[in-house]
Amino acid sequence: METLLTPALKEIAIDAVIGVIKLAVIFNVLLLVFSLMTYIERRILGFMQFRRGPNRTGPWGILQPAADGIKLFFKEELMPEGANKFLFFAAPVVAIITAYVSLAVVPYGGPLVLPFYGPVSLFGRPINIQIADLDVGILFIFAITALGVYSIVFAGYASNNKYALIGGLRSSAQMFSYELALGMSWVSVIMAAGSFRLNDIVAAAERMNPWMWLLIQFPAFVIYMIAACAEVNRTPFDLPEGETELVAGFHVEYSSMKFALMQMAEYINMMTVCALASNMFLGGWLSPLPGVIPNSPLWFFAKMGLLLFVFIWLRATVPRFRYDQLMNFGWKRLIPAAAIWVVLFSGLTAVFGEKKTPPSTVAIIAPAAGQVSR
Amino acid sequence: MPSMQALERDQALTKPAYRILSEKFGEKVSRVTEYRGDLAITVDRAAWKEAARTLRDHPELDYKLFLDLCGVDYLNDESRPDRFEVALHLYSVTHKHHIRLKTAVPEKNPTCDSLTDIYKGANWFEREAFDLYGIAFLGHPNLTRILTHDDFVGHAMRKDFPTGKRFVSKKPKEWLLHVPKGSEHLVLNVGPSHPAMHGTFRVQVLLDGETIRDAAAEIGYLHRNFEKMAEERTYWQIIPYTDRLNYCSAFINGHGWALAVEKLLGVAAPARAEAIRVILSEFSRIMDHLVCISTNVVDLGAITPFFVVFRAREEIYDLLDSVCGARLTVSYVRIGGVAQDVPDDFDARCRKTLGWIREVADQMENLLTRNKIFADRFKDVGVMSKEDALSYGWVGPCLRGSGVGYDIRKDHPYSGYDQYDFDVPVGTVGDCYDRYLVRVEEIKQSARIIEQALAKLPKGDFITHDRKVALPPKSEVYSNIESLMNHFKLVYDGILAEPGEVYGYCEGANGELGYYIVSEGKKYPTRVKVRPPCYNIYQAYPEMIKGTMIADAVAMIGGLNVVAGELDR
Repeated sequence: METLLTPALKEIAIDAVIGVIKLAVIFNVLLLVFSLMTYIERRILGFMQFRRGPNRTGPWGILQPAADGIKLFFKEELMPEGANKFLFFAAPVVAIITAYVSLAVVPYGGPLVLPFYGPVSLFGRPINIQIADLDVGILFIFAITALGVYSIVFAGYASNNKYALIGGLRSSAQMFSYELALGMSWVSVIMAAGSFRLNDIVAAAERMNPWMWLLIQFPAFVIYMIAACAEVNRTPFDLPEGETELVAGFHVEYSSMKFALMQMAEYINMMTVCALASNMFLGGWLSPLPGVIPNSPLWFFAKMGLLLFVFIWLRATVPRFRYDQLMNFGWKRLIPAAAIWVVLFSGLTAVFGEKKTPPSTVAIIAPAAGQVSR
Repeated sequence: MPSMQALERDQALTKPAYRILSEKFGEKVSRVTEYRGDLAITVDRAAWKEAARTLRDHPELDYKLFLDLCGVDYLNDESRPDRFEVALHLYSVTHKHHIRLKTAVPEKNPTCDSLTDIYKGANWFEREAFDLYGIAFLGHPNLTRILTHDDFVGHAMRKDFPTGKRFVSKKPKEWLLHVPKGSEHLVLNVGPSHPAMHGTFRVQVLLDGETIRDAAAEIGYLHRNFEKMAEERTYWQIIPYTDRLNYCSAFINGHGWALAVEKLLGVAAPARAEAIRVILSEFSRIMDHLVCISTNVVDLGAITPFFVVFRAREEIYDLLDSVCGARLTVSYVRIGGVAQDVPDDFDARCRKTLGWIREVADQMENLLTRNKIFADRFKDVGVMSKEDALSYGWVGPCLRGSGVGYDIRKDHPYSGYDQYDFDVPVGTVGDCYDRYLVRVEEIKQSARIIEQALAKLPKGDFITHDRKVALPPKSEVYSNIESLMNHFKLVYDGILAEPGEVYGYCEGANGELGYYIVSEGKKYPTRVKVRPPCYNIYQAYPEMIKGTMIADAVAMIGGLNVVAGELDR
C-alpha cells in the first residue's frame, strides 16, 4: 500500500509546492502591477488633460503608489453610526477575495521559457504561468466575478448612508444586466475553441492565426469590452460611484485600508477583464507575427496593457450615462446584439464547421451586428 | 427732490403704461416719474396686484419678463407718510421697455399683496423682502426667511437694524419639504456640500427610486448682505464688493455698477474707457461660459473638457493680471472710466488670448457637441418653456436657450455695443443642450466683438474729466492746490449724487445684471439692490427637477450657472 500511495502523495505535494510558489509570485506581481496601474492611469490622464499628474514622489513620481499606500494605511478607520458592522467589514473582504480568486485561472503565458536558459521546469515538470488550469476556467471566472457584486451591495447597504445605498442599488442592477451580455459574448469563443479552458482557447487561436481569430470574433469582442466596462464600473458606466451624483457612491463611508481594498479590488477586476479579453480574443501570449517573433508572456501583458489603456482613454473622453439610458442600452441593444451574434455564429459554425469558417462571412456578420447595436 | 418731480398729467399720458393703468385704476395711480429715462409708476397698495396683472396681460404693455422685486426703507425721509416701499421691475420683450412699479407700505402694517400667482419669479423675491425688511406678502405660499437663517431676529436691511449685529444659527433647518406621513420615499439632502452643487446651496429631494418626486431648495449659506454694506460705502467703495457677486466674471459686475452709477449721475465714460470695458467684459463673459460648460460636464463625469478650457481661462486671467494686477477680483472699473490705462502690449496679449480661446473652444466642441452620450444626457433634459422662463425672470443664455432673443447688448446697447457687429444665438427647445449651444455660440460672438473693439480701440482718456466724479491725476494733485482740494473733497465726501433713483443694467454672463440705486443726495446710497440673474434662474430649479432623475438634476444645475456669490449676496 505504502509503495502505491507514495508516488501519488508525492505528486500532490509537488503540486502544492509549485502552486504555492506560483501563487506567491503572481500575487506579488499583481500587487505591483496594481500599484503601477494607479500611477500609470494618473499619468496618462494627466497627459490627456494637459497637466502633469503625480511627479514629485521619487523619479517621475513613480513612488506615488507607495506613498498613497502608506498614507491610506495610517488613516483613521471610520465606521459610520448605525452601520451594520459585520457587512461593513465583509464588503472589502469579499471584494478583494473575489478579485484575486478570479485571477487565479487566468493564464499569463504558455510554458515558462527564460531567455538564454530555455524551458523552466521544477521537480521535472514544465511550469505554466498560471496558478490553476481549470477545465471550466471561463465559467469559474464568471461565477466568481458575479460574487463580486455582493461586496458593492454589502457596502451600500451596511454604510447607513443614502448615497451609498443608491450606489449599491444602481450597481446591483447594472452588474446583473451587463453580466448577461458579458456571458453571451463568450459563447462564440467557446464554440470556436470547443473548450472552456482558457489555454485551449489560446491554442485554438494559434491554430487559426490570432489575427484571423480576432477578425472572426470581433463583434463578440466589442460586446465583451462594453459589457466588461460596465462590469468594472468604469466611465461611462461608473454610475455606482458617480462622483458628482452620489459623491462616491457605495464606498462613500469607507476610509483607510478598507477604502484601499475596495479600490484595489476595482483595479484588479479591471485587470481581470482585460486579461480575459486578451486571452480570449487577442490570442493571449501569442506573438502578433506568428513565426517571425516568438510567443512570450510579454505579448500577453502588452495586449492587456493596451486594453487597460483603452479603459483609461475612455475615462478621459466620455461622460457618464444616465441610469435609464444605461438600462436601455444594456437590455435593448447589447443583449439582443449578443444574442443575435450567438445565433448567427452557431449557425455558421454548424454550416461551415469549426475550422472552415470562411473569412467572407465576417464581412456579412460584422455590419449586421453593428446595425443591431445601433 | 427736484429732478424726481412727478410728470405733468398730459406728459404722463403719453406713456402707455400710465394711460392704461390710470384708466383702469383712476386715483389709485398716485404718481409717475421719469428720471434718467426710467419710467416709474407708484400705485396704491390696494391696486398693487391688479396693476401688476394689467402690466403683464395688456397687449399694449406686455411686461412679461419679471426682473426684480425689492423693499426700500425710507426711514430718514420725513416727507414720506409711509416708511417702506416695494419696487417691482418688469420688462417687455416685445416693446423693449423697462418699467418700475412701486407701492408705499406703512410701518404699522407692513403688508402687501403677493404677486406669486402673476409672476412665478416673485416667490423668492417676496421672501427676501420679508426676510430683510419684514414686509409680509399676503397670499404668499411659503413666506419664510430665505437669505438669513431661522434663528435670526429682526430684519437686517431695515435702517434701524445695527450693521454689525450678528446672530449665530444653532441648528440646521432639517426639513425643507413637507413629507406626507407614512411616505415610503427616501428623503435625500443634496448639499450644502456636494460635488454637484457649484457653491454652497442645498436641495432636499424626495426620491422614489431614482426619480425625484418633490424638491425644495435652501440658499443663503454665503449671504453677507452686500446690499447693507453698500448702504455704508461711497459709490466707488462699492466697486470691490461687486467683484464678489459673480466671481466667475467679476469684471462685468463692476462694469454694470459703473454704468448704473453713471446713469444716476448723468455722466459718461470716454470712448477709450468704454472700449476697454467692452473688451474685458467680453473676455469675462467667455471665461464665465467656459467655466459654466466645463463644470457642467464634469458633473456628467467627463473631466477632460474642464482641463481643456481652463487653459484659455488661465490666459484670460493673465491678461486681466497684466491690465490691473489682479486676477479674480479685478476692481478695475471706476465711476466714469477705468482705473488706469491698459499696458502697451494689450493688443498683442488680447490677440494671443483670442487664439487660445478659439483653440480650446474648438477642442471643447469636438469633445462634446457631437458626443453621443453627452447629447443624450442633455437633449430634452430640463426643458423650460418660453412663458415659464419669462415668468420666472430668466435672462441671459438661459432665456435665449428657451427661445427669447433678449440680449441687452443688442436691445439696449451700452458702452458702444451698437458699433460692433455680432449675432444673438437663440435656442429652440429650451433644454440643457440648447443652453449649452447658446453658450458655445456666445463665446464665438464675444470673440468677434473683441476683435472689432481691438481694431478700433480709440485713443484718448481712460477716465472722465468730470472732477465731481473722477479723481484728478496725481501730477496735478501734487502741483496745484485746486486739484489737491478736489482730491481731498472727493475722497472725503465721495461722489454726491442728486436725489433720485435709477435701475442700471447690463448683460452679465448669466443675463441681465441690474442695480437699483436709490439716492437721497448723500455720500452713501440709500438703497442698492442687485438684481442677480441666477437668483431667478435657480428659483426655477426645484420645479424643474420634479419628475426627473437624480442624474438629470445634476446635469441641469451646471447649465444654469448658479454662482453662490451672486445668489446669496
